[in-house]
Amino acid sequence: MTTRFFGAPVKRNEDRKLLTGQALFIDDVELPGMLHAAFLRSQAAHARIKRIDVSRARQRPGVVAVYTADDYGAYWQPGPLLVPPPPIPGSVFNQRTQVPLAKDKVRHVGEPLAVVVAESRYIAEDALDDIEVDLEPLPAVIDLEAALRPGSVLVHDDLGSNVSAHVHQSKGDYRAAAAKAHLVIKRRFAYEHGIASTIETRGVVAHWEARSQHMTIWDTTQAPVFVRNGLAALLGLGERQVRVIAPFVGGGFGPKIMMFYPEEVALPWISMRLNRPVKWIEDRLEHFFATTHERGQIHDAEIAVARDGRILGVKDVFLHDGGAYDPYGLTVPINSQCTLLGPYVVPSYDSAFTAVFTNLPIVTPYRGAGRQHGVFVMERLLDLAAHELNIDPAEIRRRNLIPADAFPYKNGIIYQDFSQLEYDSGNYEPVLDQALQAIGYSEFKREQKKLRAQGRHVGIGVACYVEGTGIGPYEGARVQVQANGKVSVATGIGTQGQGHFTSLAQIVADQLGVDVTDVDIVTGDTDQFYWGAGTFASRGAVVAGNAVNEASRAVRQKALKLASDAFECAEEDLVLADGRISIVGIPEKFLGLGELAKRANPMRGAVKPGTEPGLESTQYFGPPSGATANGVHAMIVEVDPDTFDLKILKYVVVHDCGTVINPLILEGQIHGGVAQGIGNAFYEKLVFDDQGQLLNASLADYLLPTALEVPRMELGHTVTPSPLNPMGIKGAGEAGAIPVGPLFAQAIEDALQLKEKNVELLEVPLSPSRIFDLIKASEP
Amino acid sequence: MQPDRHEISVSVNGTAYRRNVESRMLLSDFLRHELLLAGTHVGCEQGVCGACTILLDGAPIRSCLMLAVQANGHELSTIEGLASDSGELSPVQKAMHEHHGLQCGYCTPGILMTMTAFLKQNPSPSEEEVREALSGNLCRCTGYQHIVDAMMAAAQAMRASAP
Repeated sequence: MTTRFFGAPVKRNEDRKLLTGQALFIDDVELPGMLHAAFLRSQAAHARIKRIDVSRARQRPGVVAVYTADDYGAYWQPGPLLVPPPPIPGSVFNQRTQVPLAKDKVRHVGEPLAVVVAESRYIAEDALDDIEVDLEPLPAVIDLEAALRPGSVLVHDDLGSNVSAHVHQSKGDYRAAAAKAHLVIKRRFAYEHGIASTIETRGVVAHWEARSQHMTIWDTTQAPVFVRNGLAALLGLGERQVRVIAPFVGGGFGPKIMMFYPEEVALPWISMRLNRPVKWIEDRLEHFFATTHERGQIHDAEIAVARDGRILGVKDVFLHDGGAYDPYGLTVPINSQCTLLGPYVVPSYDSAFTAVFTNLPIVTPYRGAGRQHGVFVMERLLDLAAHELNIDPAEIRRRNLIPADAFPYKNGIIYQDFSQLEYDSGNYEPVLDQALQAIGYSEFKREQKKLRAQGRHVGIGVACYVEGTGIGPYEGARVQVQANGKVSVATGIGTQGQGHFTSLAQIVADQLGVDVTDVDIVTGDTDQFYWGAGTFASRGAVVAGNAVNEASRAVRQKALKLASDAFECAEEDLVLADGRISIVGIPEKFLGLGELAKRANPMRGAVKPGTEPGLESTQYFGPPSGATANGVHAMIVEVDPDTFDLKILKYVVVHDCGTVINPLILEGQIHGGVAQGIGNAFYEKLVFDDQGQLLNASLADYLLPTALEVPRMELGHTVTPSPLNPMGIKGAGEAGAIPVGPLFAQAIEDALQLKEKNVELLEVPLSPSRIFDLIKASEP
Repeated sequence: MQPDRHEISVSVNGTAYRRNVESRMLLSDFLRHELLLAGTHVGCEQGVCGACTILLDGAPIRSCLMLAVQANGHELSTIEGLASDSGELSPVQKAMHEHHGLQCGYCTPGILMTMTAFLKQNPSPSEEEVREALSGNLCRCTGYQHIVDAMMAAAQAMRASAP
């Protein structure tokens, strides 16, 4: 088979709609008779609900209904546990999932108390002011350590503590390793990841049609099938009565996965009750509280190293801020725990974490999903060790990389996908070499002396990481040749800008000998494809991509079989190209794929037993475990010694995500990830006061990087195909975002020669003012 | 209190519209939900993200920070009017496609409108000027690099085809 499109920088099929304003996003759904919902949200982080009086709101002209938790009756129940905890012996997990509307108590600012349904959004919002709420404030649980002290106020009174989970994993004997180590370094690290802040906020439109007893839900979700199944169960409907459509979605990054957010649960119920379509679109202020965050962890970590810098062991005890509820199980802290090990040989590891309930918005995965926290700890420990041992930071990393002949590499602990954390494949040293070469590492070290002599504060950083991607369980795809010769493909994943309409089409186009533009991909419509898990954990291209490949191959086989019957020749004597099948050497004798599709659906006569109609196939793919991508980021930075503002002079990413489907789309994924990493490292910080109030809940105050902060990036790739899937793909969605925090810390320390001032940057996010504070604090 | 209403006339992409609107209706809501020109997107309703940028008499404005009644008598341009009647993409749209300058595409309408106006004013910008012009539009997907590349290419294409 010729691969004309796979691996080529094909321009995207979906662009035209988006560039001309014709793509359907959630707020573009307009239905006759549609009502609009607005939610009344708690302004307190922690309070007992004494009374909610909605009577005045109900009287406002244009208001159709107002509901509180009491009105939900039996429909009121805590949301499902989205991801059960992996089977790690001795783990504790206290399930407390979010509720559809607060009852008795509110547990974070922004938790919904009531919902108004009105003829317009304007009226619905007006009516929110008519609702009288009497809340008895309680002290808010904010500080992770204080939350665990005996006598702390409790987020969930019935639980007896604020422990959401406790997990201990270990391998080897850390204590013995530390005893024989040349050096043991111990520090406290604080890493906070912020909010995804998609430019499109969330939204839901629900439309119950009583006559057909059918519910259609448009939802900004990354996992429509899961949402369909869950909402059908909640509403007492069969799955076939519910269709969930994730239309064009304006960015996902995790928080849009499949939360069963209160609004997602409310809207379909309201539509059934009122027998009218209802729309809710989140506003930006709501987005800061009502959509999930990722936030912080505190690590007390130590590393034991030999004199030559080899790692003998790592010990880590950390606290994880889970927020008010824990619907996503252990995914984020498990990712931190596992990804800390990075691309390194770590003979002994002892890691325990406690996830803590707080009176803050819920924490669920956001691009990187806890991996950043772990990578920060490991990379910083290596920097500290390198400094103590007087080894170059790049060199200490090199000495600890897992050698190429050690794959598949077993880490001896359990990962978020329930399987043993095993790196399927990799070749790490060339990635480091290429990154050092691209950034000009040794040249810069020489140049740096000169620049410093001129009074310039320039520094360099190098950080390594792995990224567990492409986890199971499975995805499926249906590939169907239509009578007009065009190919229709449906899959169960959602899409939020990753270019699936093109990358998946490239796979099909090569298999079926058609143009990429002749392949129409449908994602995120449960009536088009019934089964699937969703787009998260950098798995869309890996898992759905392979399913699409399998289905395309099956259709190809079917087409060749049909043509060989028609031409009465062997399949080997046929060529499939340009949308037609012809006999080798006789191009004028051909059958178009559309014609074959028609023949595959005969209207008269008998077919052979076992014949499936149509030029179509549905296939599924489930990898045995996740494929591990890896990479190195390097950066040269200049810091203003007075303002501590910084300028990135050069930024390099070298990355290995196995076989590449579309290098143009891959570049975009890396660029975007790095931009979010830069925001996380230096610009974005959620600032809460001690009462759990978010003090910077606007895009004017929570600073997403602009075109002026994100530098031009230079990308390099190596290719180590994954043996876990036939196409050798590894995921790439999160790679750009993962190692940026430690990279900033390392480069800024170097630029300002902070080691000599006894200042260590052991936290993220950093900022000019934070660096100023840390330097001031270190001065006598 | 009964909201007061006004009769307004606007021209959008060359088409004249007359509507009776509440005085408090945002221009962005008016375009999207009254005229059903939903290509203009709303990201923050605070004038920060730039997604809702349209042209008012040729100049870029945030349609979420203006009331529909304030647009009375003005000429508006939105993303729906960028391509030619025959469907040919404008140089800025074309360059965004060629350079993979969009991912989820939600911020794209605002970026197209901002940069269309900018390139008209400054046909030979430096990369730094493009970045400065772009800095009022937030994009969470692309890291901006491909958008910057697209704008440099669009500027060149527009210069090459200028009479």
